[in-house]
Amino acid sequence: MPKRVGIEVSLAASEAACAADTDVVAAYPITPQTHIVEHLSELVADGKLDAEFVPVESEHSAMSVCIGSSAAGARTFTATSSQGLALMHEILFIAPALRTPIVMVVANRALSGPISIWNDHSDIMAERDVGWIQTFAENGQEVFDLIIHAFRVAEDPEVLLPVMVNLDGFTLSHVIEPIEMLSASEVKRYLKPYKPQMVLDPKNPVTMGPVGMPEVYTEAKQQIESLLQGSKKVILKAWKEFAKHYGRTYKPVETYRTKGAEVVLMTMGSVSETAMTAVDRMWDKGIRVGLMRFRLWRPFPLQEFRRAMRGVKVLAVLDRAISYGGLGGPVFTEVRSALYGTFEQPQVFGFVAGLGGRDITVDMFEEMVKKAIRYAKRGKGPTYELIGVRER
Amino acid sequence: MDAALKDFKKFTPKSLPKVENLAQGHRACQGCGEVLALRMALKAIGKNMIVASATGCMEIITSAYPQTAWEVPWIHVAFENAAAVASGIEAGRKALMRKGRIPKQRTTIVAMAGDGGTADIGLQALSGALERQHDFVYICLDNEAYMNTGVQRSSSTPYGAMTTTSPPGKLSIGQYTWKKNVPAIAAAHAIPYVATASPAYYTDLMNKAKKAAMIKGPAYLHVYSPCPTGWRLAPELAVDISRLAVQTKVFPLYEVVDGRYIMSRKIKKPKPVEEYLKLQGRFRHLDKKTIQEIQDRVNREYEALVQKAALTASKEETAEEGKK
Repeated sequence: MPKRVGIEVSLAASEAACAADTDVVAAYPITPQTHIVEHLSELVADGKLDAEFVPVESEHSAMSVCIGSSAAGARTFTATSSQGLALMHEILFIAPALRTPIVMVVANRALSGPISIWNDHSDIMAERDVGWIQTFAENGQEVFDLIIHAFRVAEDPEVLLPVMVNLDGFTLSHVIEPIEMLSASEVKRYLKPYKPQMVLDPKNPVTMGPVGMPEVYTEAKQQIESLLQGSKKVILKAWKEFAKHYGRTYKPVETYRTKGAEVVLMTMGSVSETAMTAVDRMWDKGIRVGLMRFRLWRPFPLQEFRRAMRGVKVLAVLDRAISYGGLGGPVFTEVRSALYGTFEQPQVFGFVAGLGGRDITVDMFEEMVKKAIRYAKRGKGPTYELIGVRER
Repeated sequence: MDAALKDFKKFTPKSLPKVENLAQGHRACQGCGEVLALRMALKAIGKNMIVASATGCMEIITSAYPQTAWEVPWIHVAFENAAAVASGIEAGRKALMRKGRIPKQRTTIVAMAGDGGTADIGLQALSGALERQHDFVYICLDNEAYMNTGVQRSSSTPYGAMTTTSPPGKLSIGQYTWKKNVPAIAAAHAIPYVATASPAYYTDLMNKAKKAAMIKGPAYLHVYSPCPTGWRLAPELAVDISRLAVQTKVFPLYEVVDGRYIMSRKIKKPKPVEEYLKLQGRFRHLDKKTIQEIQDRVNREYEALVQKAALTASKEETAEEGKK
């Protein structure tokens, strides 16, 4: 059995990439991702990870190097945050189009302006449409496991798409947690060496990234869409296999005490642990509240979500990002859209909180739940609102 | 460096390789001097290469799916990142070779881009890749403007030139800045090899491409690439204009080998710059005073280059020069 050790989650993320025997790491430092790449460069410097560490001059180049190395057939890893992810934006779309199975950890952080190094989900929510598989970790163990899982899914010949593993900056990346660290040999049983389907090789020349004229562009886009939708099957199977190998079970949508709940809270990421505490406290007070969280975000786990929603009358959705001028936070609008036309269409209320490092407390969750109950009884409420805004 | 070039053999008109890496039937304009220069550079390097291309004319004319003109592995990702993509290919192969996953064989990694993709939007990625000492060849095909998008000015557009975003007018002489010296920027990274080349001097161009490929570490090749369409030049004059650019000292041919400047062709009796300018519609609006201004600048820059060559010459070169 693997040993459980107390380790900073960032370092555990690096150790996961190391245990996966990554060939190339290309990264540019940005808070709060720094500890991940620092530790990876140490692992390479000490000869513990046999990889090329490419210290690029920007995140744009980080992603470009990743595509180049992945197209050359190398297992490729990177990590970033916030502005760095935004700088990669242009290139993010191209990685799935070129079928390069890059794995990237995103230490979620607020986007400027004003500049903020602290945690929320505005960076990742701006990258929903880039064609990457996206998962969200709740705790350190999940971070480690999801990275190993990400390589397995990304490199599956039926998928060959890049994967982002999201973890909350600071609130998860910088905490020390007890984590079962799998060794390289243990990971090897689950994750076979990468066998690229198409590779840049002078012996067998291929043209990658050609011009897509109007006659083929739609089909090219359709192909990525069907690959991404189809990847769910592989994602689920890879989690099943993971459970078989290491005993930890993962699902696309997690639920907590939803049975008999009159209202369900919807969250993502590490704040879900605070939400669980809030749920317990509310049950003690006689408020029947459950919790649901997305682990898988892209492809959107529609079936699993709808199944989990069966019988739920009121849903309170937490967003860690704001969508200016829109109809609510990104998670809220998607969730509501996912429920449209379902048999028992529940009432859905959106709450935006925890922006730019503002703590989300147990009390705030209680406030959201109580508001949702009140609005539901009244049959109407604001489509969404910001929680915890200081008046002065 | 000398060790890497131990087996270097110069190309002569009689020993040109038959290999073609760029198939005919691509979609370049009539008389394109850029695709000509590219073809020759690729011939010189041979089959054992992987190309990372920036967005631009050469990308668009060679790769419209489902056709391709490329007979060597080729990848296009975006506009500004050819050097970064090449870095990744090099790093990936290095790791895979070390781990025994692919056969140990040195392959030339070529990054190619136009002047916009090099001097402007791609300068950061280029600088990063040169600084990190990746083993690759960067080829800048300089046609002195954004031709693919319809002849807009770049920082590599020469002074006075008319483009669609540097139009001459009552308050404008056309391009009001002097051409950015990217070879000098590349050389400032202290990389082992920098050279300028021209399709009019094709054996020189091919020799330089070959050297760039043989040398370990980053090499930068700046290739004059006439664009009849954008320069308002007769399509049959691409090679003539390339020759004139060298003979008028407008585009000097030289190498920077381990920091030593070497003039590839010394222009003893230069032709007047006006001869070069008058063939091109993009300079048609220039008056005598501006032409003189350009002539003076060309003279000064050429002289500075000759002085750099004298200052950095090896003892043998200085001795040889003394004999002459």
